[in-house]
Amino acid sequence: MADVLVCIKRVPEVAGEVALTDDAQGVDARHVGYTISAHESCAVELAVRIATGTGGAATVLTLGTDDAVEQLRTALSLGCSRAVLIEADPSGFGPADVAREIAAVAREHDVVLLGNDAADTGDFQVGIRLAYALGRPVVNGARTVEVADGAVTAQVDGPDGIENYAVPLPAVVTVLEGGVEPRYPTITGRMKAKKVRVETVTPQRGPDGPGRVRLLLPPARPNVVEVLGEGPDAAKSVVDLLEKLGVAR
Amino acid sequence: MILAFVETDASGATEVSREALTLAARMGAPLHAVVVGALPDGVVEQLGRYGVEVVHHAVGDAVAAFGGAAWAAAVQDAAGDAGVVVAPGTPRGMEVAAHLAARLDVPMAANVVAAGAGDPLRVTRQVVGGSVLEEMELPARPAVLTVAGHAVEDEPGDGVTATLRTFTPQVADADLVARVVSVEPVDDAGRSDALTSARVVVGAGRGAGSAAGFDATVELAELLGGALGVSRVVTSLGWRPHHEQIGQTGSRISPDVYIPCGISGAIQHWAGCASSRTILAINSDEAAPMVTKATYAVIGDMHEVVPAINAEIRRRRG
Repeated sequence: MADVLVCIKRVPEVAGEVALTDDAQGVDARHVGYTISAHESCAVELAVRIATGTGGAATVLTLGTDDAVEQLRTALSLGCSRAVLIEADPSGFGPADVAREIAAVAREHDVVLLGNDAADTGDFQVGIRLAYALGRPVVNGARTVEVADGAVTAQVDGPDGIENYAVPLPAVVTVLEGGVEPRYPTITGRMKAKKVRVETVTPQRGPDGPGRVRLLLPPARPNVVEVLGEGPDAAKSVVDLLEKLGVAR
Repeated sequence: MILAFVETDASGATEVSREALTLAARMGAPLHAVVVGALPDGVVEQLGRYGVEVVHHAVGDAVAAFGGAAWAAAVQDAAGDAGVVVAPGTPRGMEVAAHLAARLDVPMAANVVAAGAGDPLRVTRQVVGGSVLEEMELPARPAVLTVAGHAVEDEPGDGVTATLRTFTPQVADADLVARVVSVEPVDDAGRSDALTSARVVVGAGRGAGSAAGFDATVELAELLGGALGVSRVVTSLGWRPHHEQIGQTGSRISPDVYIPCGISGAIQHWAGCASSRTILAINSDEAAPMVTKATYAVIGDMHEVVPAINAEIRRRRG
């Protein structure tokens, strides 16, 4: 019976143009909405599978403002049974701050799952810092995670093939997209999620901050696209170009 | 001292490691490098060409198999009183750097594209899949940073003769708990290396229409001696395997020619293909971001255009 904690982050759902807030400290997501990072969607799926498979429970956690309850409820609708909100303005928290705050509530859990990196800040370190704060082993970038007989087994895509890890519980695992297909919420899942009371905790202490000076948009690359043609008639021009570029032969 | 963690393969220092070295060499001197595990022939001389004065080579049972904590312990051992530790922005480079930063309780900047001088050290790094840049300060020493793949041109500098120092790092038992216990080799068709090292990549996206809609793009990739890559929607729908995915949550490519077919060019995808030298977009929507950001474009249905290109290549080859 494994007690799993899965950590998620509310991130802007940017697809096309990105706009920054006036103070250049964040992405202006008023017109694009928010979602859960892709890696974390897979972490939630794995958490629910582990909880179901071992007869345990999955708790979802985030550090954010009240708005992030939306993402907690999404995870609840997918099969998590508890939700914890560390209530704070996430823009002021650096990865070391976030790891410290998660550690304060993670000790009771056998397995902590996180995404490999957040879609917005891309820090690549919260899970590893958390493992050090807890004094636990960490497997990074796992595509599959299973729990049995007091141990976590995980698979990671490595440079020489699929790498197998086996570590004793309690442990921390960060998850990469690609190993599992996240499920969709069901109607009953959504109904259940609405009834769960989100537990709120306050941070242990003020953050040291992310070291961010400012955000900026990369200089626009002046670009004039040369249209070679329309439809299959363009094939000759395309192959002329590929030959010129030295890749057609 | 500036220390660069260098990953190697059979050919020597990996491409992203060489890019990271290029940036590290510009940050000051002396420059040292640390290699954990295999040390291919000629790599010490190769690193010397980037200005590396000393190559620290960690050996021993503790680092024979990869483990983030154990390898970071080796880097920490080599770092001494280094002011900056630089790692490649690869999965392993990120992992080792994060372990090192956690062990030393110092900040880490991921995916750096430029670094200034001065104190505190100020760096510019990619966030939001490279569509936004962040200026960040690293006040603590050593400053730990990873260099984004394909964001810095690989450029050897003033060459020196590097010396080799072999050492056996002291690794605590706790740092050996999470390490690779076995590796299952996968054949070339099941790995992303072919994609990230290809000179020509043919991409396919939602426009493929179904799992059966990739025959022509696969053939074009074969005709050009390249690799097939796909967008996230294609793997999410289960049309193609995840290791073929290009993007923020897939592979980053930097081919000479990228030919995205039926790919709109959302930020998620652009994050993985922005370093392509030449982009030839094939798309039915002339306003798609992939088309407007491309070098060349053909406006049309990929299911009509790509077979015509294949036929033309075959015709010319007789």
